[in-house]
Amino acid sequence: MFNQPTVSNKAFAGPAAGERNIMRRIKADLACKWRIAKKHKMQYLFIMPYLVIFVAFTVVPVVMSMCLSFTYFNILEFPRFIGLQNYFRLFVDDRIFIKSLANTIMFAVVTGPVSYMIALFMAWLINDIPRTLRVIVTVLLYAPSLAGGMTNIFRIFFSSDATGYLNAILLKWGIINEPIKYLENPDYIVPIVIFVILWGSLGTQFLSFIAGLQGIDRQYYEAGAVDGITNRWQELWYVTLPLMKPQLLFGAVISITGSFNIGSVVTGLTGTISADYSAHTVVLHLQDYGTTKFEMGYASAIATVLFIIMISSNMAVRKLINKVGE
Amino acid sequence: MKIMGIKKKRKIMKRRVSRSVRGDIALYLFLLVFVAVMMLPLIFAVNMSLKPLNELWLFPPRFFAVNPTLKNYYDLFRLMTDSWIPMSRYIFNTFFITIAGTAGHIILASMAAYPLSKYKFPGSNMIFRLIRSSLMFSGAVLAVPNYLVMSTLGLIDSYLSIIIPAFGSTLGLFLMKQFMDQMIPDELLKSADIDGATEWDKFWKIVMPIVKPAWLTLMIFSVQNLWNTGATPYIYTESKKTLPYALSQISLGGLSRAGIGAAISVIMILFPLMVFIISQSNIIETMATSGMKD
Repeated sequence: MFNQPTVSNKAFAGPAAGERNIMRRIKADLACKWRIAKKHKMQYLFIMPYLVIFVAFTVVPVVMSMCLSFTYFNILEFPRFIGLQNYFRLFVDDRIFIKSLANTIMFAVVTGPVSYMIALFMAWLINDIPRTLRVIVTVLLYAPSLAGGMTNIFRIFFSSDATGYLNAILLKWGIINEPIKYLENPDYIVPIVIFVILWGSLGTQFLSFIAGLQGIDRQYYEAGAVDGITNRWQELWYVTLPLMKPQLLFGAVISITGSFNIGSVVTGLTGTISADYSAHTVVLHLQDYGTTKFEMGYASAIATVLFIIMISSNMAVRKLINKVGE
Repeated sequence: MKIMGIKKKRKIMKRRVSRSVRGDIALYLFLLVFVAVMMLPLIFAVNMSLKPLNELWLFPPRFFAVNPTLKNYYDLFRLMTDSWIPMSRYIFNTFFITIAGTAGHIILASMAAYPLSKYKFPGSNMIFRLIRSSLMFSGAVLAVPNYLVMSTLGLIDSYLSIIIPAFGSTLGLFLMKQFMDQMIPDELLKSADIDGATEWDKFWKIVMPIVKPAWLTLMIFSVQNLWNTGATPYIYTESKKTLPYALSQISLGGLSRAGIGAAISVIMILFPLMVFIISQSNIIETMATSGMKD
């Protein structure tokens, strides 16, 4: 729309003229854009308040985090540039970081896909049941994600003395002879954390899946049946999932974000630092350096590593989801 | 009418593939068990909160309270009024933060979503793509530089340090924009233009009423997020701290406080649960448009 007027018959008049031409085109382009932008003054005005806050509390922190990761910074003094030293320290010297990185990836690989699958599976199961019942089940299944972990309740349930409920039940049935220290023993901490996270994971993506399934027109299923689909699994793979691909992508983003941000559930269950750092995650390591030790440069390097992991896993999962129904 | 009748008949005749009574029974049984398992911790919490002290110490412990009592709830309020800072203060803080943050978020996010959804102007695509990709980041990762931003802006140790960042939540804007894309016909806005409506009129009188389901959805997500705000590094004055923080301090008291701790959990979940139940159908309607195109 804006390029037409500047396409001139002098296009073959030599390199200098061509360059001038390009410059002129860019100028005209900018002028045109500026005119359009001026016409949309009201639109910019509408966006402005949100955008200012978004930039101040999301964009600036991300950029700042990346810049600070190359510095030594303790808040009191001006940041000092130290190159890649923080990253060397992270991957070479910091054994706890390596441990927490391994834990984070392990938690993400287990809870991300499993919570995603459970959400999808449950949404699919309740899709055909009568409306009132579906609403009730939706509310009941969503309730745990509202509870924000409820770690104090789980602490009582898994408590290590004989009044802990799980211990009491197992003792009574004679399965164990002495109480197990669930939340102090690294062998038990990790499965318990995973369990609690999965319990509270039927959240935003679950609602999105329910809505996506509800939005599919029945005629697609009928058409599918005509085309020779014989069982529910085929129907799910060839009809349902391809039609709700947008929701699948949205749910994936939400799941990945959630599963890489595990932290508060761990501290809620085991206290600030879990035994042997067995459930220590990158987020907790970041908080430890950022808000307790005030090593902002180092903490920023940790955050940057986490960014990179999250973005790349997001891209990988997007590719995977685009294969659905093939 | 006739056509409708035929369509209906066809629907009845063509049952979807492999639906059987036996399958339905299995489905409901599975659902029953699954829901029961999911509910167990919540039921457990309610039961714990109703137990008198001697039942909390009982060995072997019993799942259900034998002599249910509201004493824990009563004790909780007494404990909190006797404490250094009265309970009402923490309750006020959390309510204030939740309501102010949610209201501001809904208004600002809708205002921003409207032009992004209905107009094309230089930068609009880039802005939306930026916001969409930041869905991947969460508060924990941004906490450190956020502290610096806030201290630069002088927001440290004020309610604003929690409220203002909540205005800029990206999930809300994303959902709002997607909903507007699908639910607001361009013709409607054009006809309003012909009637001489200003941008603000169009936004406030036409768009906002239509997107009511979306703002109820933003409400539940924002409430859920703000209501559970516990201790943050941005606030250190005791009287400005939130309810979840105060409650977490109480429940650290061990088993003797277990009943009170459970009462806290029950109270904490009730408010967002009520909001969710009220706005449930609107949320599903909004989430139908939540999909992402690659």
